Amino acid sequence: MSIKGKAYVVGVYEHPTRKADDKSLAQLHAESAKGAIEDAGLSKSDIDAYFLAGEPPGLNSLSMADYMGLKLRHVDSTDTGGSSYILHVGHAAEAIAAGKCRIALITLAGRPRSEGMATGTTARAATSAPESQFEAPFGPATANMYAMCAMRHMYEYGTTSEQLAWIKVAASHHAQHNKNAMLREVVTVEDVLNSPLIADPLHRLDCCVISDGGGAIIVAAPEIARTLKRPRVAVIGHGEAPKGQMGGHVDLTYSGAVWSGPAAFAEAGVKPADIKYASIYDSFTITVLMQIEDLGFCEKGEGGKFVADGNLISGQGRLPFNTDGGGLCNNHPSNRGGLTKVIEAVRQLRGEAHPAVQVKNCNLALAHGTGGSLGTRHGAATLIMERE
Amino acid sequence: MASERKIAAPAPNPETEAFWDGAKSGKLLLKKCAACGAVHYYPRAICPFCFSDRTQWQEATGEGTIYSYSVMRRVPIPYAIAYVTLAEGISMMTNIVDCDLDRVRIGQKVKLVWKPSEGGPPVPMFTPIS
Ligand SMILES: [Zn+2]
Repeated sequence: MSIKGKAYVVGVYEHPTRKADDKSLAQLHAESAKGAIEDAGLSKSDIDAYFLAGEPPGLNSLSMADYMGLKLRHVDSTDTGGSSYILHVGHAAEAIAAGKCRIALITLAGRPRSEGMATGTTARAATSAPESQFEAPFGPATANMYAMCAMRHMYEYGTTSEQLAWIKVAASHHAQHNKNAMLREVVTVEDVLNSPLIADPLHRLDCCVISDGGGAIIVAAPEIARTLKRPRVAVIGHGEAPKGQMGGHVDLTYSGAVWSGPAAFAEAGVKPADIKYASIYDSFTITVLMQIEDLGFCEKGEGGKFVADGNLISGQGRLPFNTDGGGLCNNHPSNRGGLTKVIEAVRQLRGEAHPAVQVKNCNLALAHGTGGSLGTRHGAATLIMERE
Repeated sequence: MASERKIAAPAPNPETEAFWDGAKSGKLLLKKCAACGAVHYYPRAICPFCFSDRTQWQEATGEGTIYSYSVMRRVPIPYAIAYVTLAEGISMMTNIVDCDLDRVRIGQKVKLVWKPSEGGPPVPMFTPIS
């Protein structure tokens, strides 16, 4: 069974906060849910399914459903890190297509900035995960794991720091128009290269922001979408794929997008060249570059050339990406960028992106995410949506 | 030069006790599958390739090549994390130590050294062969 055209994204909301000292985590989830429900023109009692990942405390789906007073017949707490929320849209579409629910809510929230989290440089603490005793002693953090991918990519394909910097430059061109973005200043390649090295070869400006906030998405059945007064955005393809160390045959040059991307394109019946706008997960610049290759927007190893010279800037480049400024400049709530990727793609398809970055006749968009760590284990999720 | 970063003690479990016992006597033990012949890492009771439970410990030569690395700069004591591809064909996460961190390179030949952890068994790290 395909999900193509069986579900629609009818509501989205990105919480405007980037620093939430004055709010609780549960409150951020609920405020985000409220925003998306209102965006759709629905009411809370219409929600019959709830999708969320692991960031709320407790048995999270149960706690948050109870907190918000939801009456549900379907819950899904799949956690694949920052890619979860892209995957959730696919899972919601599957559940709707199977008749298990009609209107699904997806939420994300987090307060890493208020909590003073040094997301990129703090070594992961030991856990009971099977790999932990063979990794934690060596200080794997977030930045150095992605940095090892960049280092190997440079070694194998000649990718340069200048090319990676162009990804940040493009994001900053977009963020200048987003009044809620954390970093609105347009930067140059030199600015990126002159920012301090965090983990070789990644500079500070190769890394995404650390922000508080959240967001929510409503996915609904076609008969619901037809009754709402919003532009119709159909879910037409979805793919997901975890990738790990493969028993020690570690290959850091590609991501799970090599599997999730083709699955999504096949279901949607479209090709990378058909995509008018792409939300590409941008925890780091290297994340974007690898995923662009793996999704088939260019050949493996050609990503550096593809992203250089402003080719990701809306209005001038071949592939307008992350027109909200993305995680690199706008928002990376809860250290998880997947949900905001879906939101900006929906804005583009509705024609509701900022006029300065709105892609003309944007009828086909992709949102792709990587959750966990590209350097060890990650979940890839690809979503293709079409405006009707 | 030498890292003074505190190394968190690994917590052996019944499946991995032999690995850390080997570490205490300076042996880097890998798991090899008697059914399919493949070596895997990190070590498991069941082969991640063919799912046979006939996995056996075998000592590694301790020689390898740096597959990738990164020097973490924005911390009190910079350190080089790496994947080293062993002569046996599998890659393991480790640190490159006892060397100038600015001269670490992909493709460098390295050899095994053991470094103490905080109250636990020593952990396997690597240093360039000069
Ligand atoms: Zn086997």
